[in-house]
Amino acid sequence: MNGIILVSHTRGMVEGLRALLLEVAGDIPITIAGGTDEGDVGTSFEKIQSAINENPADMIYAFHDLGSAKLNLDMAIEMSDKTIEITNAAFVEGAYVVASLIGAGADQDTIKKNLDPIRIKNR
Amino acid sequence: MDAFTNTIEENKTHLSKLDNPIGDGDHGHNMSRGVKAASEALNSTPPKTLSEVFKTVAMSLISKVGGAAGPLYGTAFLNMSKYIGDNETLSKEQIASMLEEGLNGIKTRGKATTGEKTMIDLWEPAVNHFKENGTLDASIIDDYVEKTNPMKATKGRAAYLGERSIGHTDPGATSSGLLFKTLIDTAGLS
Repeated sequence: MNGIILVSHTRGMVEGLRALLLEVAGDIPITIAGGTDEGDVGTSFEKIQSAINENPADMIYAFHDLGSAKLNLDMAIEMSDKTIEITNAAFVEGAYVVASLIGAGADQDTIKKNLDPIRIKNR
Repeated sequence: MDAFTNTIEENKTHLSKLDNPIGDGDHGHNMSRGVKAASEALNSTPPKTLSEVFKTVAMSLISKVGGAAGPLYGTAFLNMSKYIGDNETLSKEQIASMLEEGLNGIKTRGKATTGEKTMIDLWEPAVNHFKENGTLDASIIDDYVEKTNPMKATKGRAAYLGERSIGHTDPGATSSGLLFKTLIDTAGLS
């Protein structure tokens, strides 16, 4: 099974994006980590770890917004046994494309082909 | 660590102010949250070994800072903790190697190098100076911090500003400068 993790600096952003993704793919595993532990703007390593642990998928596509989201994702992935790909795709468009494809039962090659043109993050 | 927490507290507003024009204006408050959590963790259950002290600080910074500084400083302290191992006291040479391990952690985590207007522009010259001379002092640290001012950022949030990042001192280099100054005062780097 394929799944999705969304990581952003605010809870509202990932909750909103998840709601959008569930419109196109209602029954795929999507877990989220938004904001710091105190609910402030920022990212939380522990929330990301929980989002990884709670996601039942074998292959997880990770989407993040900015800076520390990526660094914390990197650390959490290093400490996890699961297969997780940081897609570096456009946050909304990337997650939407992948959610649609997972929902439609697409294989990982097809997902990769559709993701490649919208990988925009290189820092 | 208490000394570093105090100096971060004293400079919290200054750090966030530096972060305002070229970042998101929260570096001081993020660092303050992290170092306070680290001090609390150290005081509530005092670690038995030096290595554990560094590990406790690392985990507190990783889980509490909330900005990119968390995983960067966290990885540095984790690497230093690994280097310390079973040692309870370190020679100057060992301190230099320990700091170098910390620096390598930041470089790997941030996929960054010198000249990109980041904390590495403080860590690398400071570590090299200490390695070569066996001493460091506050004025040298201030000098390295100031050298980030005319740099153009190519890494981190400030990189989005391109040319407009020139003329601002890097907040990460500044907070790292405070860490090194604390080490000069407390860990015999002078």
